[in-house]
Amino acid sequence: MRALFLALLLLFAAPLAAEPTLPPAALADTPLPDAAQEAKAQALMHELRCLVCQNQSIADSHADMAGDMRALVRERIAAGENPDDVRAWLITRYGDWVSFDPPKAGATLGLWLAPLLFLGVGLLLALRLFRRRGTESKS
Amino acid sequence: MTDAPTPPARSWLTRLAIYGPLLLFAVFVVFVGSQLGRETRVTVTSKLIGQPMPAVSLPGLGDAPGLTSADFKAGKPVLVNVFASWCVPCRVEAPQLAQLTAMGVTVNGIAVRDAPDDVAAFLTTNGNPFARIGLDKTGQTQIALGSSGVPETFVVDGAGIIRYQHIGEIRPEHIELLMAKLAEAGR
Repeated sequence: MRALFLALLLLFAAPLAAEPTLPPAALADTPLPDAAQEAKAQALMHELRCLVCQNQSIADSHADMAGDMRALVRERIAAGENPDDVRAWLITRYGDWVSFDPPKAGATLGLWLAPLLFLGVGLLLALRLFRRRGTESKS
Repeated sequence: MTDAPTPPARSWLTRLAIYGPLLLFAVFVVFVGSQLGRETRVTVTSKLIGQPMPAVSLPGLGDAPGLTSADFKAGKPVLVNVFASWCVPCRVEAPQLAQLTAMGVTVNGIAVRDAPDDVAAFLTTNGNPFARIGLDKTGQTQIALGSSGVPETFVVDGAGIIRYQHIGEIRPEHIELLMAKLAEAGR
């Protein structure tokens, strides 16, 4: 029982030890002075995936690495870089996975085209049904 | 439709049109249901394998020289170990890093989000296998490397091209693999 209790304690102790002691980068949680730039940075942050917590955006995540990525986004936007270029820079390092906006080419093309395809099939079916009803009511 | 006295026997095509979508939907439900409990954590690998090492210019620990891009153009393959004093598995791989240096491998370290005092204490406790250590206080070099966690170890060849990425701690069984990757990078 005592051993189990100690084991449980250890379970909770380990994650606490795995926290950096250093404060986050200055721009991790400080908005840019220029409101337009901050808006651009915020929009991009919501579309970048946190690498540690995975299915959260870096804007929503409290992970230290997400803070570093927010700082990076703000720094580059403040330096006058285009949000799409910042995203592309990260994609060359982490792949498409880092972006919540999948590219409209290659393996993800199906994702973009499937809704159009389904809509087309649905329209075709509906059209045929209406036509048949029309001829039936006439006869 | 309903006014026909005896409906004609349904052709196989009609049956397919009726039951096909239902069947497809059932397959979809079973597939989604079977994936619900799956662990969805993805290992994010660096896309810089085969690419040049990004520019590095990091301060060192105390008076020690830091880590710069010049350290990756020494003409001989090196290991870059991304680590931190607050990282538990980094303690686990310390003996393996020591073994690699004993085998003549140059290991450069990048300490991520770490205070100099903590790094020094970590090295006193676990040994210092590093030829050079760079302090990456804001994690920007880690991001430039395409690394998504600690510890990670990169094999960089003599011309500064990243050749291999090892994710997670180096366990004793990984030494042979890393030595092989270093030999490959040296060719």
